[in-house]
Amino acid sequence: MTTSETYFATAVSAPIPEADGLDAPYWAGTRQNKLCVQQCSHCDTWQWGPEWICHHCRSFKLDWKEVATQGRIYSWERTWHPPALALKDSVPYLTVLVELPHAGHIRMVGNLLGDPLQKVEIGAEVQAVFEHHDEVPIPYTLVQWKYQ
Amino acid sequence: MKNHTIRGKVAVVGVGETRYYKRGTSPDPEFVMALEAILAAAKDAGIAPTSIDGFASFHDERSTPVRLASALGLKELRFSNLVWGGGGGGGAAAVGNAAAAIAGGLAECVVVFRSLVQSASRRIGQGSAPTTVEGANALTMPYGIMTPAQQYAMKVTRYMHEHGVDRKALQAISLASYHHAQMNPRAVMHGKPLTEQAYDESRWIVEPFRLFDCCMENDGAAALILVAAERASEFTDSPVYLLAAEQGVDYRSGARGHNAPLYATSGFTTLAPRLYENAGVKPSDIDFAQVYENFTGGVLMSLAEHGFFKPEQANDFLVLENLIAPNGKLPLNTSGGNLAECYMHGLELQIEAVRQLRGQSTAQVDGAELGVVIAGPMVAPVSDLIFGTEATL
Repeated sequence: MTTSETYFATAVSAPIPEADGLDAPYWAGTRQNKLCVQQCSHCDTWQWGPEWICHHCRSFKLDWKEVATQGRIYSWERTWHPPALALKDSVPYLTVLVELPHAGHIRMVGNLLGDPLQKVEIGAEVQAVFEHHDEVPIPYTLVQWKYQ
Repeated sequence: MKNHTIRGKVAVVGVGETRYYKRGTSPDPEFVMALEAILAAAKDAGIAPTSIDGFASFHDERSTPVRLASALGLKELRFSNLVWGGGGGGGAAAVGNAAAAIAGGLAECVVVFRSLVQSASRRIGQGSAPTTVEGANALTMPYGIMTPAQQYAMKVTRYMHEHGVDRKALQAISLASYHHAQMNPRAVMHGKPLTEQAYDESRWIVEPFRLFDCCMENDGAAALILVAAERASEFTDSPVYLLAAEQGVDYRSGARGHNAPLYATSGFTTLAPRLYENAGVKPSDIDFAQVYENFTGGVLMSLAEHGFFKPEQANDFLVLENLIAPNGKLPLNTSGGNLAECYMHGLELQIEAVRQLRGQSTAQVDGAELGVVIAGPMVAPVSDLIFGTEATL
């Protein structure tokens, strides 16, 4: 799923790939509405956030695999005190930590779409929504979540 | 108990602090505060400042050892050490590193310190977010996670969910710090008691943290002076001995984007067992705890991970009467802590631990002989230490 609406009305910090190329495949994947994470080619261990070496067998040969765009809420927080001027009119807002059981239980941070005051259920199933930001010098895509 | 430890090899012989101010109101620059605290600690120890030959601090300390040594006219500097990592996680590690230097013969008189004077402007929430972010920050900041409170809130919520912990437990931690601050004239919140109602009605910062779950922001400086144990009696009648100090992180705690496998933790599951083993004591031997309240939720998890109660018992254990001196089961933050004495990145907790063991606390625990100081829960690396009186050696 994609959205052209943005969770925050005023742009917050834009993510850019690191110069050394470590996380480029992830961000490139999001531009194509895909979730891509690392899986070790040697021992099949899933790994997120990205790193150069497999934490389990220490192979440097990690593949990038596309995974299903769904997960379960692992935790959440609702921000009331704006952390920056750009967000002063955006509070309260909901940030969630989503677990992907099908990809080694890795986790991803995102915003939970919908009413920021809604009750959040840990364990609830969610699906990813790709939020495209095209009108900026370096276009990027954020991965948000909504209840299934 | 292992043979090769620092247990009992190093003593704190002097402590000193400046007056503590609300953030941005210090009349003096930061470096002046550092000098004042260090000189106060030297005076407390009865030691000539020129005997100092080393400095140890942590994370972003701006008063640097070479500048301090030059300013104080020290003959030479033999040791300078800064613990890597964020926030207050390295406070006890700075003590451990200073002790290791002394025990290893690298230096003889090392100051552990923190100085902190911040501009009245640029408070959290008033700055601008960076235009672009990369790496680990790219996985969190675009979703609005920017401040320490926001970085840790989800950990605490997960912990409370997994173990059925009620908000009343967090409230008790906050009330304990404020209770003890009322007995401490140095405390910034002295004369400003906190009621249950005021706590419950205080505004949300980021759920599960309300205003009174969060540390203050203060200006000031604090310092401790350490020497080898066999020299301690040259300087003080009541040396306080370091029994153990641990630092570090558990398995893959640095995995980006909140991917540490053990997520609902304050970071002490591997440190606390080592701490007790190296000190040769058990949690039930501990007379008080000074635990860094960046947020009450961090204290909750730290106390459980240091073996004072099982997580499922948190609601029963964390009630105000258990946490207050002199008769509580585990007097907590007996000078007011980060919440109510001063947020001096945990150095004020170390000084209070020393005062308790000297019998000089404003909220004295009768016959206190052993105390634990826990630094910077939930950051990485974290650190902790156990101080003891001579009787515990």
